[in-house]
Amino acid sequence: MKTALFILSRTIRATRALTVVALAILTLNSIGALASGDEVALDRAPINLRDQASLQRGARNFINYCLNCHNAAFMRYSALTQIGLSEQQIRDNLMFTTDKFGDPMVSALDPQDAKEWFGGLPPDLTLAARVRGSDWIYTFLRSFHRDDASLTGWNNAVFKNVSMPNVLHDLQGTQVLTKVGEKPGHGGHMVPVMKLAVDRAGTMSAAEYDRFVSDLVNYMTYMAEPARAQRTQLGVLVLLFLVPAFFVSLWLKHEYWKDVK
Amino acid sequence: MANVTKQAIEPPIAGPLGKAIVWVDARFPLMATWKTHLSEYYAPKNFNFWYYFGSLAMLVLVLQIVTGIFLTMNYKPDAKLAFASVEYIMRDVPGGWLIRYMHSTGASMFFIVVYLHMMRGLMYGSYRKPRELIWIFGCLIYLCLMAEAFFGYLLPWGQMSYWGAQVIINLFGAIPFIGEDLSVWIRGDYNIGDATLNRFFAFHVAAIPLVLLGLVAAHLVALHEVGSNNPDGVEINKYLSPDGTPKDGIPFHPYYTVKDIVGVVVFLAVFSAIVFFAPDMGGYFLEGPNFVQADPLQTPAHIAPVWYFTPFYAMLRAVPSMFGSQFPGVAVMGAATLILFALPWLDSGKVKSVRYRGPIYRWFLGAFVFSFLVLGYLGVVPTTVWGQLPNGLPLAGGMDFATLVARILTTVYFAFFVLMPWYTKKDKELPEPERVT
Repeated sequence: MKTALFILSRTIRATRALTVVALAILTLNSIGALASGDEVALDRAPINLRDQASLQRGARNFINYCLNCHNAAFMRYSALTQIGLSEQQIRDNLMFTTDKFGDPMVSALDPQDAKEWFGGLPPDLTLAARVRGSDWIYTFLRSFHRDDASLTGWNNAVFKNVSMPNVLHDLQGTQVLTKVGEKPGHGGHMVPVMKLAVDRAGTMSAAEYDRFVSDLVNYMTYMAEPARAQRTQLGVLVLLFLVPAFFVSLWLKHEYWKDVK
Repeated sequence: MANVTKQAIEPPIAGPLGKAIVWVDARFPLMATWKTHLSEYYAPKNFNFWYYFGSLAMLVLVLQIVTGIFLTMNYKPDAKLAFASVEYIMRDVPGGWLIRYMHSTGASMFFIVVYLHMMRGLMYGSYRKPRELIWIFGCLIYLCLMAEAFFGYLLPWGQMSYWGAQVIINLFGAIPFIGEDLSVWIRGDYNIGDATLNRFFAFHVAAIPLVLLGLVAAHLVALHEVGSNNPDGVEINKYLSPDGTPKDGIPFHPYYTVKDIVGVVVFLAVFSAIVFFAPDMGGYFLEGPNFVQADPLQTPAHIAPVWYFTPFYAMLRAVPSMFGSQFPGVAVMGAATLILFALPWLDSGKVKSVRYRGPIYRWFLGAFVFSFLVLGYLGVVPTTVWGQLPNGLPLAGGMDFATLVARILTTVYFAFFVLMPWYTKKDKELPEPERVT
């Protein structure tokens, strides 16, 4: 009875301590998100790494659109088998620049051309979701708008003066950025409130386009850390092991310490 | 030969293992070492929560060494290959992601555990006579740990690795007269490059760990020579049982070994929660920009050191440059770590433990901890985080509010040490108990 009470009281104490740690982890995570210094409020990307159909659509979108200019040099085609595709499916539908299954995803774009066209090599996208975050990419890809003053004719509300044109405009249509009002900003000055609106429709509705980008970002999130699903799965097992281990260690301690007066 | 006959005693256990121990004992002080450091090392019976972090620091040290060894099997210390080799570990090496996350989380957890361990020393006066050398060895371990973390952080060869190292090495450049040459000597080049990466790798995997292990051994030998302090700060050797052991002491093994196992399990739960569910810790343990390969031509928008250095980084930024040199800030930052060494000789209180200290000491300790934490926060964020003071104010007009706060807190940090001889003498302390409570 005494042992049970002792273990109960220690468990309560340990749970309290663990709750504090868990809250600290959560707070740190949210502070981290704030500290990234984004001026535009980001939309939340609907990430679901268990949705293999979405990951497969995302892989197709990524290879058809992004991989024309960007590399994903740390990602092998063969790794796509992890999202439920067979080697034959990958070879037939997704491999355009190589015929070696273990090769990394490298674009056919000539670096010299890239320098001439965009002023530099487009960044490698393997880890983009870890660098900027999934929400950032999700919002970025939906925030292109026409801008006659820029070299490409495009600009982006999330990434001002980005050198990338809106390669998805035939799907999304073209957006314009217009002023819809004013609000008081820093130091009492009025700042304009801007809003994006589609002024020429593309082949997709707004909802369809959002889903297209969600799938793409879902895939990019997977690609940035292919081990993520395995990581959380293993984590549950490890913690499930540590819970009984905690009780055993507590009981052991209690048994030994009985004779300490 | 005298020793051989003296130690040829009864086997401690029956059977062939007992005979083997007797054989070894005639040639090596196996049982004597076991007794001195574990089964007959008497530790005070009243250790509390704060006493878990010493053994946990050892655990993290071992974790770092073991995971580190496995990382070196696939890591390439070459500016052209380093970044890709880390991604290779994360993707293609079986279990590589786990080893890497354990190592990166372990680095941060090492500092958390060591900061809590140092806090224990401060609270209960564990640095006081006769434990000055334990404290000095501990401070040296802390310095080594900072060096180890700094060298290791360059190895993934990401943008933050590169530019963080750039900022820190440039600090040495601020030292008058020799600074420029010194920073070239450290880098091995005029810029951070392959030569820098190679030597940092050598320091990180060989030189510093060797020194660290030696210091940890010295830390423990010194501790076991004079015995452990405890939350009451009274010596247990004053009251001995008829058999010569301290009345308030219990053998470290098995009592504290089984108790520390509980601490280890709870620690592993926290550690695993981070490794498996939040290895980035919101950008604090693994920074987002470090997933971009180092690019000498592109400076990141905001360079922040990893969290465990930020209190000192905030001090560096708080000190204004004088005569066009950043050196005063660098000197303050260096002094902030070196002043720790003087602690045993600054404290002139009669009691050791915060339990019996007077109110002034408690206020100073509280203010010190507060300043360290807030400086840590300020080192992460840009100095503009809290806006600017109005232009009309005397002295501080137009200054970033966060910079002003950092200056005040830097002063508080140093006041804790510099004023200590005075306030510990003047303080109204409570009477210490004769024996542990």
